[in-house]
Amino acid sequence: MIRDITLGQYYPADSPVHRLDARVKITATMLYIVELFLVKNFAGFLIAAAALFAVIALSRVPLRFIFRGLTAVFLIIFFTLILNIFLTDGRVLWHWKFITITYEGVIRAAFMAIRLVLLIIGSSILTLTTKPIELTDGLEKLMSPLSKIGVPSHEIALMMTIALRFIPTLMEETDKIIKAQQARGADFESGNIIQRAKSLIPILVPLFISSFRIAQELALAMEARCYHGGKGRTRMNEIHFHRGDAVAAVLLIGFLAVIIASRQLGSVL
Amino acid sequence: MSITVKNLKYIYNKGLPGETAALDDVSFEIEDGSILGVIGHTGSGKSTLLQHLNGLLKPDSGEVWIDDACITDGSTKLVDIRRRVGLVFQYPEYQLFEETVAKDVAFGPRNLGLDEDEIQRRVRYALDLVGLNYEEIKDMSPFEHSGGNKRRIALAGVLAMEPKVLILDEPTAGLDPKAHREILSMVKRIHENEGMSIVFVSHNMADIASMADKVIVMNTGRIVLEGTPAQVFAHSEELAGMGLNVPPAREMTDKLARIVPGFKSEALSITQAAADIKAFINN
Ligand SMILES: Nc1ncnc2c1ncn2[C@@H]1O[C@H](COP(=O)(O)OP(=O)(O)OP(=O)(O)O)[C@@H](O)[C@H]1O
Ligand SMILES: [Mg+2]
Repeated sequence: MIRDITLGQYYPADSPVHRLDARVKITATMLYIVELFLVKNFAGFLIAAAALFAVIALSRVPLRFIFRGLTAVFLIIFFTLILNIFLTDGRVLWHWKFITITYEGVIRAAFMAIRLVLLIIGSSILTLTTKPIELTDGLEKLMSPLSKIGVPSHEIALMMTIALRFIPTLMEETDKIIKAQQARGADFESGNIIQRAKSLIPILVPLFISSFRIAQELALAMEARCYHGGKGRTRMNEIHFHRGDAVAAVLLIGFLAVIIASRQLGSVL
Repeated sequence: MSITVKNLKYIYNKGLPGETAALDDVSFEIEDGSILGVIGHTGSGKSTLLQHLNGLLKPDSGEVWIDDACITDGSTKLVDIRRRVGLVFQYPEYQLFEETVAKDVAFGPRNLGLDEDEIQRRVRYALDLVGLNYEEIKDMSPFEHSGGNKRRIALAGVLAMEPKVLILDEPTAGLDPKAHREILSMVKRIHENEGMSIVFVSHNMADIASMADKVIVMNTGRIVLEGTPAQVFAHSEELAGMGLNVPPAREMTDKLARIVPGFKSEALSITQAAADIKAFINN
């Protein structure tokens, strides 16, 4: 149930994608997202989807696992579809009372839905194949030039590490609290919206208290190990740029060129 | 009220990475009015087992019967199961959420759909049962109490549902010796006065020996030993192999028996050990 949300989860496997430098993967994901918005036609989306599925195949993460994460955001995709279909002006395809469907609306809705799906899958590939710790190390390295102008890149990276690290912990905690309140006869499944919202209080209050407790314990544990911020910190596992990373970077640039070229093909197909 | 568990099987994360068989073909019986002790090393499946007894988890296969109603085939309403079987989780004080003690304890009875007078009667009754003074603490926040008292309040929250079976998952974990003793004697008192059947998990072998009528020993999801405390604790080597041990008194008499020829004792408590040693010396 609540564990079905795969956002930020890591899928352990030994694959070329898992072994890539986190910096390359982060850059690739960001580029991919930008490219999704550069795409102007279905041919471009086809190329983008094909590239994505090639990466998924390489990563050895089961498709089932990736799509399970999508079900959680299904509603968002659905609403985007609906809003775009009905609220876009243009050539009328179908009309009934105040409802109008336009050709442009259908195309735009399809574009948006495809974009969202590819975007979510693309970014979940990043977290599925990269350990949270590598991810934040990579981010910190990428952001380190910014620290010269006063951006606290280490602190930001640390905050992200902690947030990612505690998603499963808080899920577990939530599960436990839900079960404990169910054992006291709590019912979260019936009643109208207000009753249901109210029935969340017995979960949220203990969860809130637990989060504070966990945060406090973590802070203490970090202090006990002499944590004093990013300055002068060295690491046990330095990340290195390997040949595979260079290959990936070249492929990435090639892909970017193909996507830009695909824009020449026209505005729909 | 008796509980019968038949061939229970449960797997976490079926078909996903991290699939764990937490229960494997578990069968046993809890007789009406008895105390069942459950022991086993960390991760042996004790908590998973307890959650099947009040329908919080549905087994992958197998059955749970309460008296003559099967609660795993979907024919019994969940609220009816929870009215009869009260489950107190590990560290139950983390579930407190209301502004006042009385409101928190009333949460369970209110979910049962009882009327206000009955709810108030039960809150009084439950707080009384756990040895707290209703008048004194009913309007206090549950969060301003000591760890031991918070746990009592949480326990009262379950007792207020007036279950026929009380299930306790490590009720004394993390308490100081005084609070520990108090919780145990409270459980005994509830058992004697209210005639509830009790299931309790503990890592403290002396507690198990002194409280339980029957003990089951879990190891990697299976029941490996079952019987009275005397029968179970006679297998000290097997228990040690599973990362468990025997009560300290027994540990001592076993050591004595090894170095003092002729001495034998099956003591499970200090008093029994003392009596056996005294009898041996007088002989
Ligand atoms: N919610 C869960 N999701 C996945 N696996 C779980 C979950 N809860 C327990 N497990 C696994 O199931 C097995 C049995 O766990 P369980 O909590 O029942 O053990 P336990 O005997 O109660 O241990 P403890 O003495 O630490 O309380 C363990 O291997 C555990 O890792
Ligand atoms: Mg447990």
